[in-house]
Amino acid sequence: MSPLSALPPLCALLLAPLLPGIVTRTRCRLTGRQGPPLLQGYFDLGKLLAKGAVYSRTTTGVFRAGPLVGLAAVATAAAVVPFGAAPAPLAFPGDLVLLCGLLALMRFATVLAALDTGSAFEGMGASREVQFAALAEPALVLGLAVVVRGTGSLSLSGAFAALTPAVWTHEGAALVLVLGTLFVVYLTENARVPVDDPNTHLELTMIHEVMVLDHGGPDLGLIHYAAALKLWVLGALLIGIALPVQGLAPWAALVVSLAGMPALAVLVGVVETVMARLKLVRVPQLLVGATALAVLALVLVLRG
Amino acid sequence: MTLVLVGLGLLVLGAVAALAAARSPRLATLLGVGGTVAGCACALVPVVGVLLGQPAGALRLEWSVPFGAFVLGLDGLSALFLLPILTLSALAALYGGEYLGAFRGRAVPARAWPFFALLVAGMTLVVLARNGVLFLLAWEVMSLAAYFLVVLEDEDRAVREAGWTYLVATHLGTAFLLVMFVVLGSQAGSLDFARLGATGALATPLAGVVFVLAMIGFGTKAGFMPLHVWLPEAHPAAPSHVSAVMSGVMIKMGIYGLLRTLTFLGPPPAWWGFTLVAVGLTSGVLGVLFALAQHDLKRLLAYHSVENIGIIALGIGVGLLGVHFGSAPLAVLGFAGALLHVVNHALFKGLLFLGAGAVLHATGTREMDQLGGLLKRMPWTGTLFLVGAAAICGLPPLNGFASEFLVFLGAYRGVLHPASGVAGPALAVLAGLALIGGLAAACFAKVFGVVFLGEPRSAHVAPAHDPGLAMRLPMAALAAGCVLIGLAPALLVGRMGGALESLARLSRAALESPLALAVAPLAWITAGAVVLLALAGALALWRLQRLVRRPPGEEHTWDCGYELPTARMQYTASSFARPLTLLFGGLLRTRTTRVAPVGPFPRQAALATETPDVFGDALFRPAFRVAAGALARLRWLQHGRVQLYVLYILLTLVVLLVWKLR
Repeated sequence: MSPLSALPPLCALLLAPLLPGIVTRTRCRLTGRQGPPLLQGYFDLGKLLAKGAVYSRTTTGVFRAGPLVGLAAVATAAAVVPFGAAPAPLAFPGDLVLLCGLLALMRFATVLAALDTGSAFEGMGASREVQFAALAEPALVLGLAVVVRGTGSLSLSGAFAALTPAVWTHEGAALVLVLGTLFVVYLTENARVPVDDPNTHLELTMIHEVMVLDHGGPDLGLIHYAAALKLWVLGALLIGIALPVQGLAPWAALVVSLAGMPALAVLVGVVETVMARLKLVRVPQLLVGATALAVLALVLVLRG
Repeated sequence: MTLVLVGLGLLVLGAVAALAAARSPRLATLLGVGGTVAGCACALVPVVGVLLGQPAGALRLEWSVPFGAFVLGLDGLSALFLLPILTLSALAALYGGEYLGAFRGRAVPARAWPFFALLVAGMTLVVLARNGVLFLLAWEVMSLAAYFLVVLEDEDRAVREAGWTYLVATHLGTAFLLVMFVVLGSQAGSLDFARLGATGALATPLAGVVFVLAMIGFGTKAGFMPLHVWLPEAHPAAPSHVSAVMSGVMIKMGIYGLLRTLTFLGPPPAWWGFTLVAVGLTSGVLGVLFALAQHDLKRLLAYHSVENIGIIALGIGVGLLGVHFGSAPLAVLGFAGALLHVVNHALFKGLLFLGAGAVLHATGTREMDQLGGLLKRMPWTGTLFLVGAAAICGLPPLNGFASEFLVFLGAYRGVLHPASGVAGPALAVLAGLALIGGLAAACFAKVFGVVFLGEPRSAHVAPAHDPGLAMRLPMAALAAGCVLIGLAPALLVGRMGGALESLARLSRAALESPLALAVAPLAWITAGAVVLLALAGALALWRLQRLVRRPPGEEHTWDCGYELPTARMQYTASSFARPLTLLFGGLLRTRTTRVAPVGPFPRQAALATETPDVFGDALFRPAFRVAAGALARLRWLQHGRVQLYVLYILLTLVVLLVWKLR
């Protein structure tokens, strides 16, 4: 394991809370508002982690374990996805399956914690979350299959190392389609517009936010941090495909990738500004469409 | 080998002793449980020995049955199946001792134990048999013993019907197996497995015929869709420890039979692999969808068995494609994934059925929408059930993830294969496994969330409490197995050489490097699991230390300002699954009956949904009605006059005599 491989998780753990701030700032600026400072994510974390907690009498240990398991899972996932030209510390054939498994574990913990409160609203959010996740999973798995086939490597770190500009010239069309698939998965998994609106104020229409209604204090801090980490980890996946930094010096690769992450956050902010969220019954169509894009990309790489 | 025979002997002895002691249910239970546990423990010793690398055992006794011979063998494949059979059966017997205590004062325990011990003995013999006649005999002992266990509570009409469905299904399956062995035997000139395997290359069309017969015959037992119709009927009807054994290991006998038959046949053509992938996808996706639509806890678990059999079939399919296209890593990953999933499913499905039994025992209902909040009343059962639920969803760091990982890895490797005959099915496997995983997580979030979390939904829950030690201990042992294999799957996969050799058609030396390709990533899985657990532990300690300084307050659940939430406002199992069952409504054909609320002050409102089995309703019921109509014409043969029956016998004897003299 090269010492460089400490970089991907380190960057994720330190810089992740920036991303939601950038998304919010973009939204605010585009709608003519000032917006909170970019570092607001860190301030919120500091405030929440210092608070005490209140628990519902209905809840059990499952509710208390939810945020811990969720954060542990996504932090482990941060050790699977490479960043810049640096390989991830957990890099092995099939590590992409571990990534999917860890995200599923995070979701399972959140959903069970929501159901533990016995609240109708949280049950509603949990029910929607599992529905969309079940449809997003094939899209993610097939999207990664394109990357595997295009680069000939079974591990994310290996695949990104093999993803040279030459691969882009050869398989460009397929990779663009896959980026489309993965971007939809990115928005879905992170509960963003057009699937979910993190800023909505009506519990009936929420998905992710309504599941964590009952969490407060340090638990809510952990949940916010985990959400930011997820935004970063899956973003690193997109950036790794979109910006082939192989062949650059390690520091240059890192700079390019680090510049890519805020750019992605700005893109998410733009999407949130120009689009309304979809009706709930339309979301499955969006996800099936994303899967179809991945299948199309697979046809292209299999033919080549 | 001797110890296996001693074990078999103890099982049969236990059965006979329990039967002899039928007068006293307590004594019958003691003898039945004792015999089963002792027999399993005894037989487990050589099984573990073979897995650890001791030479395979064999035994041959003379037996005066035409074409039959009492030939037993214990090789890697048999040992791998015997491991879950013996472990789960012993634990289930222990559990059953207390579970059947609820039927005290009735003859149920005395009737149950002889058949339970025979079921275990039958399964053990199926896996050990190396002769067609002996195999079919053991198969029949197993199937019939299971039938009598299913209909244990035969005063219930639904139970009798479930038993009948099972009996018909299992015998139709056996009929196909009988034909299969006749075809195989007529080619080889003997029914000894050694001869069947040695002739090797069966003529191509004939091998295909045998494969199809095996898929139907063994598939009925395993529960391949659409041959699964007996499963969701029989599993809920049987007592829970029997459901655990039937679902955890008995249906795997179908998988064992199929794998064993594949070793008799020559190199597999590609369409065998395609068939298994197609069957696996159908069973997996439809199995989990039907599970989602159920609100009877045990029926739901039964549909999940269909799903998991689908995952196993996907693994076998990938393995067969690997063999056909000459890719050793693909073959090893596929078969290793399937075999590991066989063991894993026995552990977590056994655990889940035992947990469901504890819930039924404590509350008296299997209807999920009547339950809720059980984790507080049954902390042991709830926690252990949660381990099983997370394992069956294929979540790290538990065992279900490890086996699905191998199949996933095999499929990703298949995507890299140049031949489109591999890459295409591999992609289908990937998409299917991902969808199955997502839906299974949705389903078990529903099960655990509705049964164990939230507030009680009915008065059934109030008196519930954890069962005694004899029921808790087996569940804890199975959960420990789930965690152990999840943390260190390489321990078991590294021992699969003996089984994989014959399935992947590789020599021991040629197997080494592809097996290492499967084992090496599993070591990384262990590393990932350790990181995950360490992080979770550290976070837990950190929060504990924070909350000690500022003890947390207690309040009722925030319901957006509403001050008087009731338990009826919670999401139910049906409402939780509703978006998904609507989305796949075309496949599920859920029937809804509703009484809509009328007026500003509605008095009555009701909603009930039922999702019957599409294949049972649309395929088998009409087919059986036609068959019954046709066979009714033969009724005149059966009139109840004994004299005429004797005449039939006489006539048959005369015909046979004439035929022999001719």
